[in-house]
Amino acid sequence: MNATTTAVVAEQFDDIQQQHSAAKLGMWIFLATEVMFFGGLFLAYTVYRFTYGHVFALASRHLDDVFGGANTAVLLFSSLLMALAVRAAELDRRKQLVRLLLATALFGILFMTIKGFEYRKDFVEHLVPRFDFRWDGSDAANAELFFWIYFALTGLHAIHVTVGIALILVLALLARAGKFSPNFMPVEITGLYWHFVDIIWVFLFPLLYLAGHR
Amino acid sequence: MTTSLPKLYWKTFIALMALLAITWSVGYIDLGPFKLVFALAIAMAKAVLIMLFFMHIRGGSKLLHFVAVAGVLWLLILLSLVLGDYVTR
Amino acid sequence: MNTSSNATTTIVRHSGAYALDNYLTAGQGVKSWLLTTDHKRIGILYLWTILVFFLIAAVAAALMRIELLTPAGDLISSETYNKLFTVHGVLMVWFFLIPSIPAVLGNFVIPMMIGARDVAFPRLNLFSWYLFVAAGALALWSLIHGGVDTGWTFYTPYSTTYANSHVISMAAGIFVAGFSSIITGINFIVTIHKMRAPGLRWFRLPLFIWALYATSLILVLATPVLAITLALMSVERLWGVGIFDPKLGGDPILFQHLFWFYSHPAVYIMILPGMGVISELITCFSRKRIFGYAWVGCSSMAIAVLGFIVWGHHMFVSSQSIYAGMIFSLLSFLVAVPSGVKVFNWTATLYKGSITFQTPMLYALGFIGLFTIGGLTGLCVATLAVDVHVHDTYFVIAHFHYIMVGGMVMAFMGGLHYWWPKITGRLYPEFWGKLAAMITFIGFNLTFFPQFLLGYLGMPRRYHAYPPEFQMLNVLSTAGASILGVGYVLPLIYFLWSLKRGRLAGPNPWRATGLEWQTSSPPPVHNFEATPIATASPYLYDAEADRDLHMANA
Repeated sequence: MNATTTAVVAEQFDDIQQQHSAAKLGMWIFLATEVMFFGGLFLAYTVYRFTYGHVFALASRHLDDVFGGANTAVLLFSSLLMALAVRAAELDRRKQLVRLLLATALFGILFMTIKGFEYRKDFVEHLVPRFDFRWDGSDAANAELFFWIYFALTGLHAIHVTVGIALILVLALLARAGKFSPNFMPVEITGLYWHFVDIIWVFLFPLLYLAGHR
Repeated sequence: MTTSLPKLYWKTFIALMALLAITWSVGYIDLGPFKLVFALAIAMAKAVLIMLFFMHIRGGSKLLHFVAVAGVLWLLILLSLVLGDYVTR
Repeated sequence: MNTSSNATTTIVRHSGAYALDNYLTAGQGVKSWLLTTDHKRIGILYLWTILVFFLIAAVAAALMRIELLTPAGDLISSETYNKLFTVHGVLMVWFFLIPSIPAVLGNFVIPMMIGARDVAFPRLNLFSWYLFVAAGALALWSLIHGGVDTGWTFYTPYSTTYANSHVISMAAGIFVAGFSSIITGINFIVTIHKMRAPGLRWFRLPLFIWALYATSLILVLATPVLAITLALMSVERLWGVGIFDPKLGGDPILFQHLFWFYSHPAVYIMILPGMGVISELITCFSRKRIFGYAWVGCSSMAIAVLGFIVWGHHMFVSSQSIYAGMIFSLLSFLVAVPSGVKVFNWTATLYKGSITFQTPMLYALGFIGLFTIGGLTGLCVATLAVDVHVHDTYFVIAHFHYIMVGGMVMAFMGGLHYWWPKITGRLYPEFWGKLAAMITFIGFNLTFFPQFLLGYLGMPRRYHAYPPEFQMLNVLSTAGASILGVGYVLPLIYFLWSLKRGRLAGPNPWRATGLEWQTSSPPPVHNFEATPIATASPYLYDAEADRDLHMANA
């Protein structure tokens, strides 16, 4: 091994290609575990929608699809920015990379802000389970169950978004210091994570917001 | 390749926004039991677009394709066998 | 022959009996261990950690067995008894068995077996050990503050609503331990895919690697489901309402589905690595190539995949639909096929081999017998109608202890004896090793065989008192447990003794063929002086290669 490669290639690897493909594979496997992690909640949703389909459709209509839809667009756009950022990292365009990463994080923060307003609205409308939950009509218990699942799914997703924003901001700092000029893999695998978070939301939007006829 | 990649990303994004518009507006039409099928089909299409182009599954190794499919497949095992129980109770 | 000459040159280079320049001497002091990223040292860190949990869980088991000496509940109260079996189950499953072979032996030998310098992500590997320690601390915190009485299964609504114990901290411990498992699994899968030495194609990999690859698949795909399930259960307990809550129309059976979607595959996390070890031991000590290599390797993958579609057999007497029960019963029988393939192939490997009965081989032979009993009684309890009779009795207890203790712990002990010279550079005393193996075998059978009878006669599990007619068999079982205890304490003593006093082992005391035996004992920090090249199948045990290797050693 010569001096320039040892700086980049960890000692357990033979070359940078091996290191890259190992990192990518590791991240993809992690995302598969994340699918199963969300899977428990998706299962609960599936089973109860099957059992209490009518109530779920009614309850779904109490969610504000403008918030949900706008947030879908926001996350999709941040995913686009992330993809462009990975490209910039690969081409070693440092300034562009920093700007794109910051923009990605900004849209992540915008997502969380919208989500925050939406949670506030849910709270005001007494849709938070066990927290002065109110429901006009029969099947109040099953409706409460729907909102429990809604908060669990979107809450878990929000935790993932928050982690993603933090990671991307750290990446932006490191990028400004020029840490990725020979090895852009951290940007790429964080990107994979960010796109995954986007994909989860792509499923949450129709399942939670559009379950009932509007 | 260098100049066309960002273009591809933008095209993907536009396709994703179009699919979002479709799924959102179809939410206002009563499709009965096909509502869920339709919503899931569009979500699946969006997920595939994101994986293919943003996450570079296209051009990735067979192994990565396999891992991506495995995650979904195992989720389907969980969903289908449990739902099998509830449907036949 | 190509490989043997290759092996010869490697061995000559490290002909010294004890390599002075090795991973143990590479750094001194506590800091060099706590900050290590060397997979070999991390394996040893895991060994010490799981030893602590094994001892605590064993004490819990001992107390239960002593209580069960007499029909009356006279030594400990029923509440304490509930906490004891919970602690025993939780610690043995998540803090001993699941990390035992994968995290200790797997960490130590996987990179060496595939000719790599380390695992793919060494720092993550260390991080997963720290997660494991943190998880253990949470579990111990729960234990010290009064323990948990839900059983290791945490069934709702008892765990969410009624249990008056430290459920959340224990669940949090298991949650964190789960992430430690996931990281280990990811690390192993990536390592096996990306770090193999040149020429080491998939069908040249040792069967231990196949087994741990299959195990890692389960770790990665099943563990997150447990994590979310325990998290949902804990939130429900904290928040007062949740998705398993019947008040909201929630279904506690959904919890059981989620729990067993993880916990049945977890049974295979607890046996597949053992099968991998046995495949190594049987070939080495009968000096014969494994019979049907590809079948044994692929059967590991088949067990891992089939293991995911059988979980409903734990729920035959719940309100699961009868049709689901029938499907799950049928699917469960399928697992017997790849398991049978393994037992048949091990037996066929023994046939006409030149067998020697060193300690690891004794454990391996014990494994085959005990696993077969455990597996066949598994078919009994997978049968819908029979399970209705024996569900929640000692028959089930005996069945899974034959798999987990008779299977996995025997395999772990066998593997530990087999690789001990590689780990430490020194041999354990063979006489005491053989004695301990035989004591373990006798003690184990005396402990758990009576439990089959007890269960069949109808003694339910999880009771601290029982009708007097069950006393005879319970006394036998407790007597067996004390013998089993001796069988476990002996190795602890002589392993520690051998660290300083054991005979020097040399690079390859068993004249085994795996790549891990082609480097010095203890191995250097990066395992090999030069990256080895694989040119043939891993089990070239035949007379010719044997003689070459023997001459090279002499």
